[in-house]
Amino acid sequence: MDLSYTPAQAAFRKEARAWLETNVPATALVSFDVAEGFEQHREWESRLHAGGWAMVPWPVAYGGRGANLLEWLIFEEEYYRAGAPARVNQNGIFLLGPTIMEVGTPEQKARFLPPMASSEEVWAQGWSEPNAGSDMANIQATAIRDGDHYVLNGQKTWASRGAYAHWLFGLFRTDPDSSRHRGLSFLLSPLDLSGISVRPIQKINGKEAFAEVFFDDVRVPVENLLGEEGTGWSVAMATAGFERGLMLRSPARFQSTAWRLLECYRRAIEQGDPVVPGMRERVARCWMNAEAYALNTYQTVSRLMAGGKIGAEASLNKIFWSELDIEMHEAALEILGPGAELDPSAPAAGDVGGWLDGYIFALSGPIYAGTNQIQRNIIAERILGLPRK
Amino acid sequence: MELGFSADQRLLQKTVGDFLQAECSAEWVRAQWQSETGRSPDFWAQLAEIGVPGLIVSEAQGGLGLDETDLVLLLEEVGRVGLAEPIASTAVGTALLASLPDAGPTAVWLPRVAAGDAIFALSQPHSPFVADAHVADLLIACRSDEIHAVPREVLQLEAQASNDGSQRLFRVCFETSAATRIAEGEPARRLTEAAVDRGAVFCAAQALGVADQLVKLAADYAGQRVQFGVPIGSFQAVKHMLADVMVKIEYARSHVHRAAYSVAHDTPARGVDASMAKIGACEAALAAGRASLQVHGAIGYTYEQDVHLWMKRAWSLDLAFGSSVFHRNRLCAGVIDQTIPAHSFGYSPPGN
Repeated sequence: MDLSYTPAQAAFRKEARAWLETNVPATALVSFDVAEGFEQHREWESRLHAGGWAMVPWPVAYGGRGANLLEWLIFEEEYYRAGAPARVNQNGIFLLGPTIMEVGTPEQKARFLPPMASSEEVWAQGWSEPNAGSDMANIQATAIRDGDHYVLNGQKTWASRGAYAHWLFGLFRTDPDSSRHRGLSFLLSPLDLSGISVRPIQKINGKEAFAEVFFDDVRVPVENLLGEEGTGWSVAMATAGFERGLMLRSPARFQSTAWRLLECYRRAIEQGDPVVPGMRERVARCWMNAEAYALNTYQTVSRLMAGGKIGAEASLNKIFWSELDIEMHEAALEILGPGAELDPSAPAAGDVGGWLDGYIFALSGPIYAGTNQIQRNIIAERILGLPRK
Repeated sequence: MELGFSADQRLLQKTVGDFLQAECSAEWVRAQWQSETGRSPDFWAQLAEIGVPGLIVSEAQGGLGLDETDLVLLLEEVGRVGLAEPIASTAVGTALLASLPDAGPTAVWLPRVAAGDAIFALSQPHSPFVADAHVADLLIACRSDEIHAVPREVLQLEAQASNDGSQRLFRVCFETSAATRIAEGEPARRLTEAAVDRGAVFCAAQALGVADQLVKLAADYAGQRVQFGVPIGSFQAVKHMLADVMVKIEYARSHVHRAAYSVAHDTPARGVDASMAKIGACEAALAAGRASLQVHGAIGYTYEQDVHLWMKRAWSLDLAFGSSVFHRNRLCAGVIDQTIPAHSFGYSPPGN
């Protein structure tokens, strides 16, 4: 155990900090869940990419920086410190990208990773279907081989970024006689093909964060099959492991929220706002838990760098950060008092808006990437060995 | 930067863990509860043979010359079997003596510790009671501005029965003199703080093992106990209760491992780090106790069943080396008031 940064790591941090200080937009971008904001965020991604910072842990050949996971953590710390924009292509860069890196062919890596790194192509995820939510193995959408194409039919829903994205990755049933986890394949499909219709869905705050995607005899070339035909479930689980376990929610995200909460609390005390009973400790606990998440992530990264893997413990992770995120935002809104209900556009909203938006987003945390109830089942069955039935 | 343990450290943990699992069955632990002293000199000698009491004693003095990051891994195993031998207080005393400018007490006592021939009890400002004073060869009494090292012969002990049958608590009276004083003033205050932090981290490490074991007992039972024609462990109400405890344990463990490094390296935020470890691990152990009891149902509420052995360890560890009230207040002092250092790991906010 050595908890000091090497001179090279310190220099890396300094370099990242300097670049971000110069380049992060001074005013916040419009949400990427509206058309204007989506393009603003792609422009930001393109600047990040030109600076060589878009995909820190990826190989240079694929548009990355060729850094290791520790350097990625350092970059993330600086990214959140700088208040840089959210990553519009997170489905691609954090979830699909690592999966392609693991199971993709050389051609697929060369084809998909560079435009993903630059966000020239933004990805939506297509896991859920109307009857395959928590029960994801109940997927009905089909992809039937026809010569050198798969013909896709069916419906995906809750496709994050689906409203504006260019591509979608998801699971389709390539063996129509199969059931449950068998006979599924992981396919990559452009969203502008003939036979695809996208119907944006407004999320709880009215913004188009996700979409329904309908496939009607859509022809996708076989080169877009990721992994072997019929192995889609295990390929998807690798993606889910990354999503829950490491890449999607780096600790700095929660540490920066914890520090903002601390500031929010101090300001309320200084202003003489009514003291919320118990809030002093709640705020300190949020800070402590954000630290725990950071420490835990450094442990995971140390383990991965020593050749380890992410397993079912990713489920512990997902429960912890998603619940912490809600606790922090609830605490802040409680401190802010009567203004807490104001829409960010209201003249008197002040910084309530940021907390309210953050809270509304945080509320989706225990639902997406596998509900926290599903995660608890996974922990109980795979870590504790309790019977499935 | 590496927040993890080497293969050697893990091997030592496994070796000691296997030894404890083989030697300290629940029946053995129960027998210790019933015995007069609650302690076994024979077992202490065995622990000394595998290097446990001398783990952080220097090699020159016959120890293994390892540090607190090694010791917390072993203490998890100690907690896992519900063992209450005074390993933690002896280690806290060892570190304290080794920090004295005067090499005299170190030269006398630490080779004896490594040989399994000396046990330390610790008296510290957060509790009027001293654990294991009856078997200690030396009481190290940390009073806010003086520290005394008092041999057992001159101690007057008044036993205080504890709810945790593995604990042996005493109120201790003794005469202090210049001869017993080993530190005073500012150095004494610093050493006392360091001793409390070490003790807190060592209790936290044991609490992790206690928590793990309580969950394991519950999971084993839930896998076997059949109601409504199925094992109760197949019910989500049971699964989710235990999964929630697992989340608590996982994130407490991260704090404990970092805090071990903080005390080993005497980092500026050592105090708050130790408090976070203590709060996290003891709360996880307490929650594990509640969940385990609930999963076991009525049988878990009996003296005959083993759940209470570990539940009571959780309660007493929670009170040792600063209760939750002390550590929660210190957390707030560090994070909210910033009157003592609190270190944000990796991330630093704008302006810092």
